[in-house]
Amino acid sequence: MFTLRNFSGFLSDTLRLVTKGSRLYYAWVGFLLLLIAIGAAAYIGQLNQGLIVTKMRDQVSWGFYIGNFTFLVGVAAAAIMLVIPAYIYDWEPIKEITILGEMLAISALIMCLGFVMVDIGRPDRFWHIIPLVGRLNWPQSMLAWDVIVLNLYLLLNWFVVTYLLFCAYTERHYVKKLVLPLVLLSIPMAVSIHTVTAYLYNGLAARPFWNSAILAPRFLASAFCSGPAILLILLQVLRKTTRLSIKDEAIFKVAELMAYTMGFNLFLTAAEAFKELYSGTEHVVYFQYLLFGLKGHTTLVPYAWASILCGLAAFILFLVPRTRTNWVTLNIGCVLIYASVYIEKGMGLIIPGLTPDVLGDIYVYRPSFTEIAVAAGIFAIGFLVFTLMLKAAVPMMLGEFTITKGRASSGETVH
Amino acid sequence: MTTDQKLSNPPESCGGSGCGTRREFLGAATAAMATALTGCGTLSKEEFLQRNFKELSKQEVLDVIARLEKEYKAKFGKEVKVANTQPIPGVIFGYALDLSRCIGCRRCVHACVKENNQSRDPEIQWIRVLQMDKEEGVNVQHADAYYNPEEVPQEGHFYMPVQCQQCKKPPCTKVCPVGATWRDKDGIVVVDYNWCIGCRYCMAACPYGARHFNWGEPHLPADQLNPNTHYLGNRPRPKGVVEKCTFCIQRTRNGQYPACAEICPTGSRKFGNLLDKDSEIRYVLENKRVFKFKEDLNTQPNFFYFYGV
Repeated sequence: MFTLRNFSGFLSDTLRLVTKGSRLYYAWVGFLLLLIAIGAAAYIGQLNQGLIVTKMRDQVSWGFYIGNFTFLVGVAAAAIMLVIPAYIYDWEPIKEITILGEMLAISALIMCLGFVMVDIGRPDRFWHIIPLVGRLNWPQSMLAWDVIVLNLYLLLNWFVVTYLLFCAYTERHYVKKLVLPLVLLSIPMAVSIHTVTAYLYNGLAARPFWNSAILAPRFLASAFCSGPAILLILLQVLRKTTRLSIKDEAIFKVAELMAYTMGFNLFLTAAEAFKELYSGTEHVVYFQYLLFGLKGHTTLVPYAWASILCGLAAFILFLVPRTRTNWVTLNIGCVLIYASVYIEKGMGLIIPGLTPDVLGDIYVYRPSFTEIAVAAGIFAIGFLVFTLMLKAAVPMMLGEFTITKGRASSGETVH
Repeated sequence: MTTDQKLSNPPESCGGSGCGTRREFLGAATAAMATALTGCGTLSKEEFLQRNFKELSKQEVLDVIARLEKEYKAKFGKEVKVANTQPIPGVIFGYALDLSRCIGCRRCVHACVKENNQSRDPEIQWIRVLQMDKEEGVNVQHADAYYNPEEVPQEGHFYMPVQCQQCKKPPCTKVCPVGATWRDKDGIVVVDYNWCIGCRYCMAACPYGARHFNWGEPHLPADQLNPNTHYLGNRPRPKGVVEKCTFCIQRTRNGQYPACAEICPTGSRKFGNLLDKDSEIRYVLENKRVFKFKEDLNTQPNFFYFYGV
């Protein structure tokens, strides 16, 4: 009973926290709501007219939506980058920031589900894909697997975050016997969401660009570059704007781990490129389309090289201890690697997989305005979810806002 | 206490850790759902709740068919028959296409559209005819699907029509997340247009470009509608679902040839029962030089290409 009453107090106080903030906070939330409104308007247009308002067609049947989905699965998976050292090696400086990684995973997963939802032609039949309610083609379809693991991962992270915050709010220590197994479970779960998503493409013999054994390892390697890049910037923002103390040591340690994964990611990409380009079988056309253009179509070429150069530059910045521990070069590196992976695991993965199509046709795909507006709306939903979670979580994590403290002084803001 | 605080009193029904967050999300989802329902035209409760075709009882199938026939009559102003003809026992359909005879006239493409009620705007075609270089042989990287000369065949070229190969191991049915597409007993790969969620995973999986999506609302003038339809075949399709060649299921399960085979002016298209030793298709397979398109993918098509002369 007490727990239940405390929990309802926790909920109402959470709401109080997220609805009160500084002007900057309101402006930011307002901006996100505006983007969501624009995205919603574009999506309503898409619902009325069908996916014909996108630039996807039979030849290139997946595009910007699925590209973003794939990239964001990587971001969601990368949360474990922080969980592994924190819990396995019991490394204190990182431990306090793992909850932030988990919240990032929740936001990324919500965006993932959003991108799947807007991509399907019959959103009214969404229930067909719900386990037990609909008719899931499991275990045959990799998409059925993906539905299951993504939702389980979302639930798992949601539960752990809620539980940890509730404990902080009620000024109790969390039950380690409950949290530790769940956190440990989240590690293979995170690997599995990204592996299953890679297998979704990997299993298609019709698409040689995806039908490569190192696709899943490449997915994981690139995810471990981009996800932590977001967190590194976020951690710096949080320690400036809140009383959350995050040690330099923790940030530099994450950066060091990122340097290794970046190197590994570049190595895997090079291995794939070598195999295709050197052996030069008929399957080389997809890499050609991506890197050099094919039959005069060079749409992807500048993006592909930008991705490679950004990845290389970021690797060097993170590898050299002096630039890794310099805030300016560190942040430049974060932006570069984020951009690199966003191209590589988004459009750089989907479009050359489908171009030329299975009968050799080259359809040049570029996202339409609707696709960009809808995508902006979904990103805004993700950022909003993340912002609201942070807004409530930070004062609770700091012990500033608990069941006994904070309510009286709730006029005080954290931002 | 500030006025702000009064305003921010939480509603009682609120739940979840990111309370405002989840409320937002649910609100947006419900709104999206509601618009989805209206966005997809007049969606009846029966249609919304209809189960996968394979799970329906005999009576439920009859009810669904009656409902569809009523809907089509209201939409097109004429009687449309929706059959559910079952596979004939002892029959597995096979197709063989003579590359040495095909002249690339595309009559099959248009006969198919006419027979199978594809959307005319945007136009959907189930057969793609590839013009290939004789020097290159069968090589899709040297294929042209948009050839448009005064006369066919063109010197130095041969023509290869590609449609659903009705694979014995179809990658498209394997990947469908909801089991909306399957291979029937006579070897025809079908789609339940009322169960497909439009994720297009099957289109990514198909090595033959045989699957087509209704990107927009399909437009089919009533006077061009073929009223003899099959539930799993040529009945008018809704927006947002995938469709494909069914070997003219509405014809072939009644002993007729597919429209493409019937119209072909050069006799390049052979169709029949693979289990019947005396059939023309068996003769071709046993006596001609036959190949399967993209054989290395092990999709095991029941559609064969051959050189008759």
